[in-house]
Amino acid sequence: MTTTPTRNLLAVALTPLAKIRLVHIFILATAAALVAFPLIAHPFFTLQIGAQTFVFGVVALSLTFLAAYGGMVSLAQIALYGLSAYTVAILTLRLAAPWPLVVFAALFVASAFGAIFGLIAVRTRGIYLLMITLALAILTYFFVRQNDTIFAGHIGYHGVQAPVVAGVWLREPLPFYYLTLAVATVVLFSIYYIARAPFGLALQGLRDNPRRMSALGYSVGLHKVVAFAMGGLIAGVGGVIGVWYQGGISPGSIDVARNVMILVMAVIGGIAYPIGAFVGALMFILLDNFATTYLDRVRFNTYIGVTFVLVLLLAPGGLVGVATQIRGAALQSASTSLRMAGRRRVDQESPSTPYSPPSEEPFNLLERERTQLKTATEKEAHNETEH
Amino acid sequence: MLTTLNGVTLAALYFIVASGFTLAFGLLRVVNLAHGSLYLFGAYLGWSTWQMTGSWAIALLAAAAAMMVFGAVLQVGLFGWMSGQDMRQALISIGLLIVIADQLLRHYGALTHRIVAPEQLQNPVSIPLAGVQYPGFRLFLVLVALVLGGGLWLLLDRTKLGMMIRAGIDDRLILSAMGVNVNKAFVAVFALGAGLAGLAGAIGGTAFSISPGQDVHYLLIALVVVIIGGMGSLGGAAVGALLVGLTEQFGRAYFPLYAFFTVFLMMVVVLSLRPHGLFGRPA
Repeated sequence: MTTTPTRNLLAVALTPLAKIRLVHIFILATAAALVAFPLIAHPFFTLQIGAQTFVFGVVALSLTFLAAYGGMVSLAQIALYGLSAYTVAILTLRLAAPWPLVVFAALFVASAFGAIFGLIAVRTRGIYLLMITLALAILTYFFVRQNDTIFAGHIGYHGVQAPVVAGVWLREPLPFYYLTLAVATVVLFSIYYIARAPFGLALQGLRDNPRRMSALGYSVGLHKVVAFAMGGLIAGVGGVIGVWYQGGISPGSIDVARNVMILVMAVIGGIAYPIGAFVGALMFILLDNFATTYLDRVRFNTYIGVTFVLVLLLAPGGLVGVATQIRGAALQSASTSLRMAGRRRVDQESPSTPYSPPSEEPFNLLERERTQLKTATEKEAHNETEH
Repeated sequence: MLTTLNGVTLAALYFIVASGFTLAFGLLRVVNLAHGSLYLFGAYLGWSTWQMTGSWAIALLAAAAAMMVFGAVLQVGLFGWMSGQDMRQALISIGLLIVIADQLLRHYGALTHRIVAPEQLQNPVSIPLAGVQYPGFRLFLVLVALVLGGGLWLLLDRTKLGMMIRAGIDDRLILSAMGVNVNKAFVAVFALGAGLAGLAGAIGGTAFSISPGQDVHYLLIALVVVIIGGMGSLGGAAVGALLVGLTEQFGRAYFPLYAFFTVFLMMVVVLSLRPHGLFGRPA
């Protein structure tokens, strides 16, 4: 009988199936739903909810990327988004440049300014970095508002058209939805990839213990600047699709309220989780579109601010953080394997401690970092006195 | 000469704003990004009080006192709960920033208001040596900043509270182990910082004007001043304010469109040389 080889063959064929877990089914179902969504939904939902979620999700993701893997909460991302959008607007409206060139230039500008902002902020950490990046964002806002020759002052640019590619106008609801979906997917999975690549691992090492990484020969500053440039690139991608979506850019699109909007998305979703950026963006945009039918539209900033404060008070890990906490055990093997691959490998002090859901991770991480540094400096001081 | 005077008087206002910001940070490690909102809130309250009572001095006092109470409430009700989690506190204060801005807009509208100082203060004063006439109020502003700066220095350097604050900056844990009620000191300092913001608002509303959006402007000023001067250092705030005020005025005089850019450049230069500011120490 040939049972044994057949059975072996069957076993081999079924191995991948055996590894399929609930999470994989969930991811597949989500992907299928996202692809099918515009076919059944009203164009309003396709654009106003769907595409907008992806556009702002990408911008929020650039913040999450730096915060989750680099431990750097940068509030300058909205400025980079704006610079990219301005580049698109200026090149399209003033020079009528072909769209591939426009996109390339916009991404280049955003990455370059990301690197410049990184260079400025690189020697600071934690709360200092937050302040410097916020100052950079506000300075950019005031600068574009005052500058008439290049940035058209407080009016900004309007009437930016998305390009027509292969006879399809990209701003049509269906093509635009799929464009933003594709862009968001590519960016998200690139980030997961980077997180597991040597660069991402080094970045997480720097986040957890810069001193040790520097002793191991890693250049702390260089990694941070490159991370900032990547963050700028992601925000720049958001800027390109953002300006295509909104058809224009003005200083009002990059003011502090908008900055907070991006921050709110990242925090509501969970600032330690890349996917949280999109969850947060979806929540925000649903709130924006539906909550205000019952509430006073004019006071939107108040609701958003209060929601933001409440999330920070009650669930600083955000929605994804809460979900992870609730389903901690169930999700541990699948969704955290990704995170553990990158996040904990460098942390060799506690290889055997069970993984605990990172409900307040970005905050605790910074705290831990500080205590570690403090003990290190204290030890050094102690050694010096002994000598 | 006039530009220098303008720069110095502007710096005086900036110092009052930034000193409150840096004070709260020094002891509490709270980066209160709603500091600019406290400034604007104080300015509007001062304006209302001035409208009601007609007294400029009462308006100033009311703005400062109300913001002190508001600051104490914030510290007791919000920031005190998450002591030590500086990132969370900073993010929450950003949330407060837009809520307060929105509520102020609702209450006071988008019009520009202005508090008018008593006439004795408004008369132009001729300055000896320089030979220029200069608005008296702006010189008064410098005087207020000097008095406040001196007062704060005395408070920090010569009183028991100041001793506790300085000890708290160095080591909070030991201070509380010595039997000092650190929480009380925290509330006092936070209220003091908020009160300074409110006072600055009322004074700024007299010297310039009050309009929505100034909260962000003065937040930027406070940030840049303490980034340049060094967090938690009173002297740093004074030097930073002077640098920013002068740079902004000279920038405005020589490159009118790019005044902010000159400030930005200075921040970059200082940061590249001293990442924690001129007088700052690593946290």
